Amino acid sequence: MIYVIEEKCIGCSLCVKACMFGAVKVVDKKAVVDEDICTLCGACVTACKKHGAIVIEKQSREEADLSAYKGLWVFAEQRDGKLMNVALELLGVGRDMADTLNVPLSAVLLCGTDAPAGDGIPQQLIHFGADQVYIIDHPLLREYQTDIYAKALVSLIDRYLPEIILFGATTIGRALAPRVSARLRTGLTADCTGLTIDTERRLLVQTRPAFGGSLMATIVIPNHRPQMATVRPNVMKRLEPQTSRTGKIIEVKDTSLQAEDMCTRILEVIHEADTTVNLQEADIIISGGRGLGKAVNFKLIKELAHAIGGAVGASRATVDAGWIPSYHQVGQTGKTVHPKLYVACGISGAIQHLIGMQTSDIIVAINRDPNAPIFDVATYGIVADLFDIVPALTKAFREKLGKE
Amino acid sequence: MRIIVSIKQVPDSSEVRFDKETHTMIREGLPSIINPFDENAIEAALQLREEHGGQVIILCMGAPHAEEQLRQAVAMGADQAILLSDRRFALADTLATAYSLSTAIKKIGDYDLLLFGKQAIDGDTAQVGPGVAEMLGLPQITYVRKIQISDSKVIAQRVLEDGYEIVQATLPAVLTVVKEINEPRHASLRGVLKAKKVEISIWKPEDIDADPARIGKNGSPTDVIETFTPEPRGDSQQLSGTPEEIAQALFALLRQQNII
Repeated sequence: MIYVIEEKCIGCSLCVKACMFGAVKVVDKKAVVDEDICTLCGACVTACKKHGAIVIEKQSREEADLSAYKGLWVFAEQRDGKLMNVALELLGVGRDMADTLNVPLSAVLLCGTDAPAGDGIPQQLIHFGADQVYIIDHPLLREYQTDIYAKALVSLIDRYLPEIILFGATTIGRALAPRVSARLRTGLTADCTGLTIDTERRLLVQTRPAFGGSLMATIVIPNHRPQMATVRPNVMKRLEPQTSRTGKIIEVKDTSLQAEDMCTRILEVIHEADTTVNLQEADIIISGGRGLGKAVNFKLIKELAHAIGGAVGASRATVDAGWIPSYHQVGQTGKTVHPKLYVACGISGAIQHLIGMQTSDIIVAINRDPNAPIFDVATYGIVADLFDIVPALTKAFREKLGKE
Repeated sequence: MRIIVSIKQVPDSSEVRFDKETHTMIREGLPSIINPFDENAIEAALQLREEHGGQVIILCMGAPHAEEQLRQAVAMGADQAILLSDRRFALADTLATAYSLSTAIKKIGDYDLLLFGKQAIDGDTAQVGPGVAEMLGLPQITYVRKIQISDSKVIAQRVLEDGYEIVQATLPAVLTVVKEINEPRHASLRGVLKAKKVEISIWKPEDIDADPARIGKNGSPTDVIETFTPEPRGDSQQLSGTPEEIAQALFALLRQQNII
């Protein structure tokens, strides 16, 4: 429950400003909280740190006996027999946490290979930090399908009782993890950008963005196991591989998996030839906006991207205009990206676009309009015509980086 | 076809302004809207009804003033609207929300298709659609940008990171949709007038036989212990000169910071 200590409240309205939901008002110089609207998120409590006038009291729950659950698992996502980068990033962040908890770091690999025991992937996982690899190698698991993957993973969880499972927040991870968490009736936190361990309570502490990234939330799952999280790709750091590392490979046979378990069927998969780089895993993104003027000018963007070794992004306006396919779109209704370098060419910087890229390490903005909002988030701003600047950048990078 | 579309009332973040001094977003007092992806879901349902006939039912779990968004959905053309509203439903995380919605859907009874937006622009989890699919034991297809229905089957285009796949499922099924599936229609004047008069059903936990331990805060395994504003980005630096000079300067800066 939430209440205001009136003697401490000075009516400064910091709490009103902090509330995303409009649940706090100042009436007669005192804060008043509308409990029908309040979600107990605590933003107002944080805003009032100085005076401590707003208090949230959590109701205590009986601590469930969760001690049977031990171990930190990472879902080793693979596609077409190739490990996704995010799986290695998860091992990177999992390594320290597993050591803190004094439990093994295990990778879970579901696959369908014709080669013995997963065709080299288990060894790769161990080199990148796993102590153990659970592997179910079954023909029905060759391609991702939600129902059969969920069934296989849940049977592993029921058998080996991990306390934490991490997934990459990819199209697969975000389809699979909520299916599994709902089946197990446990907690799942989406798209985490920060993970630590609270050693006192032996809990995974998850930090993740909400409201398109304008608010960060810290979340725990105190009374349910396993604690599950999907983790944003390209945020955590993977370890340097050590080929001398050894680990245990645990092959699990699951005889319960049947074709009838699969309730959806993939008829066809189409990889768009243009994109060899996954936007969410890219270190560098060169992005084009309405300032390009017409579809054919995306050529400039593609050339710069090629010269610098980056992926091609786009604003919503260009996608809506049909200048470039939608999976290049960065923004609130497109993809959220976090590259080391984001170059915005002819993009004005509407809030919905910023939401998709404002956590990039370095942002370079190129726009003729000095008042374009994109300059509010730029590390380096270039007020100039992109038709002059982009080719000049391409030329310079080609020369210096020796690319054709 | 009977199609149930689940929608959420969210703050309108397009109204968010940027504080140029602190480089942060000003979030106070935002108006409420239908979650943009849910508008795409409503439009998809209306188009399917135009093609196959039937009914479009809107379901929403929210505060009493979410009624406004339900009326907007009816104004777009939906036939019926149900609001799950009660203090006991509130403060739900995605598991409790999925439970509440799926329990309500069981009460609605007969349906061929359940549509959700990909995710809500406030929570950003994308977990409720799959959670409902699990609790109802239904096939799920997420990130859908095209829907074809024939012979009690749905064939959908599902967007991947680097392309798409074509997925088939037998109805009833759960689909979550992305923005590129359609352009949501504006409500007609006739629709707005109809929506003013339509009766919105308000359901409480008793009305759907919900287990009190699984709804609201009680039914939520995740706990938000803190919220905070992310670090502002810091000042920006203007690069000027001839295009060649700017290119050299930028290259040097990026090389210095080990970006290239």
